[in-house]
Amino acid sequence: MNDVRVVAAGDAALVAEFDDRIDVSVNRRAIAVAQALRHASLAGVRDIVPAYRTVTVYFDPLRVDAAELERQLRAAAAVEPDARELDGPLVHVPVCYHAAFGPDLDVVAQFAGIGGREVVDLHASRDYRVFMLGFVPGFAYMGTVDLRIALPRRSAPRAAVPAGSVAIAGGQTGIYPSQTPGGWHIIGRTPLALVSLDRAAPSLFAAGDRVRFHEVDLAAFEQIARAQEFVP
Amino acid sequence: MNGGLLILAPGLMTTVQDSGRWGRQSIGVSVSGPMDPFAHRLANALVGNARAAATLEVTLSGPAVRFDDPRVVAVAGAEFDLFLDDVPVPQARPMIVGAGAVLRFGARHRGARAYLAVSGGFDVPPVLGSRATHLPTATGGWQGRTLRRDDYVPLGPASPKRHRAPGHTSVTIDAGPSVVRVMAGPDVERFVPEALEALVSAPYHVSVESNRMGFRLEGPVLRHRVKADIPSDATPFGTLQVPGSGQPVLLMADRQTTGGYARLATVITADLGIAGQAAPGDALRFVVCNRAEALLALVRRERPLLALEGAPA
Repeated sequence: MNDVRVVAAGDAALVAEFDDRIDVSVNRRAIAVAQALRHASLAGVRDIVPAYRTVTVYFDPLRVDAAELERQLRAAAAVEPDARELDGPLVHVPVCYHAAFGPDLDVVAQFAGIGGREVVDLHASRDYRVFMLGFVPGFAYMGTVDLRIALPRRSAPRAAVPAGSVAIAGGQTGIYPSQTPGGWHIIGRTPLALVSLDRAAPSLFAAGDRVRFHEVDLAAFEQIARAQEFVP
Repeated sequence: MNGGLLILAPGLMTTVQDSGRWGRQSIGVSVSGPMDPFAHRLANALVGNARAAATLEVTLSGPAVRFDDPRVVAVAGAEFDLFLDDVPVPQARPMIVGAGAVLRFGARHRGARAYLAVSGGFDVPPVLGSRATHLPTATGGWQGRTLRRDDYVPLGPASPKRHRAPGHTSVTIDAGPSVVRVMAGPDVERFVPEALEALVSAPYHVSVESNRMGFRLEGPVLRHRVKADIPSDATPFGTLQVPGSGQPVLLMADRQTTGGYARLATVITADLGIAGQAAPGDALRFVVCNRAEALLALVRRERPLLALEGAPA
């Protein structure tokens, strides 16, 4: 387990890097190191950010000795991650794949040479892993999507993708937590609120979580959406 | 009921900023905060505020504001003409203003961003522990946006302790192409070996397509070994991210937490404020340094600030 590289990202961040590929076992190691560093609660550390294959630790360069922090990162990386402890909870996400919510279902179906019904079945038939969060608050990069529907992102991004839109691109799937521009193919929508910055736990997802999509119809979508409005 | 600040004229882009929304980048929450962290701290220190108190970041053209109770105020960073009740007043000095006083920013001479600190700090509701405005997600600050005419921004209770002794400004803005030191990496190995030489070979110009998220730079092309794309990864303040065009983007305060382009080099902490003072059309000249040089530069930059912050009021 000595395959970790530690590189500088300026004088105020160190990056622990694992194999250069998008892979569950690599990502698990990155998240394990992030958790070990969080538990260590080191003075002067400002943020710990796991990504697909790396952990970036932000620190105050006047309070933290970079060489010592590098030793800690290497020590944390030398520990074999325990899969049972490391994978987060299974999060169930209702998705309505109605055409009104999935404007790109046809494009995906054409790419795969299958029907829209089969696209939905392929998307909802497996559990995904949250590799990392980024882009905007609460946006989870999840994988891996069935190769048959793993088409690249749109050539022209949309200026405004509605909040809750479930989308796919390049073997990944994700949900837009808020209305933003976006270049992924939109195939459905969830009524769940994914992010709320005034909650103690602002994001529904964390890196390492597993996610299962459940197809719901329009009536169930509306019902869940309404019920959420009454959650204090 | 504490006082507040009435915006008589907003200026081009005036936002509430503090030391940033740290600790939540793992769920995609941007840090935000001041583009010139040293000028922000200097302004706070001059009025006796804590380092993390919220100030107003003023961009290119400044506001006119009215106070409704007595306060100590100071402006640091970019050089503007300043008028207190139409009388010229100096920058980077604490000033006592009375109820009803009007502070107006006039012509700008150097730099792009100034910080207006007021004793007590701006008391907007914190979001995840920070009052910083993140414009792309309309988070924090005053209603998540730039200030407008007739906004009334509340102030915290002014500390009874007096302001600092007038200090000299410790934040210098170089004339001509500003020199910004970088450390190589984190993805220097994804570039051809000549890329770092190209980076330092000529100045880069800040394009008009620049904002608080990042500066698009125009200058020598930086070539990747294979491709520009990387698995999405963290993006510190001051990262030079290079898309396929070979023209770098310098990531600034409102940057996203992660990005998908290779990162050639990263501006050292000591020089973030120099980059933050650049306006569209300005030139930045990059110089590569090592960690020891970066630390020495930071100690030099911090020393006068720490002295001012630690000085008995």
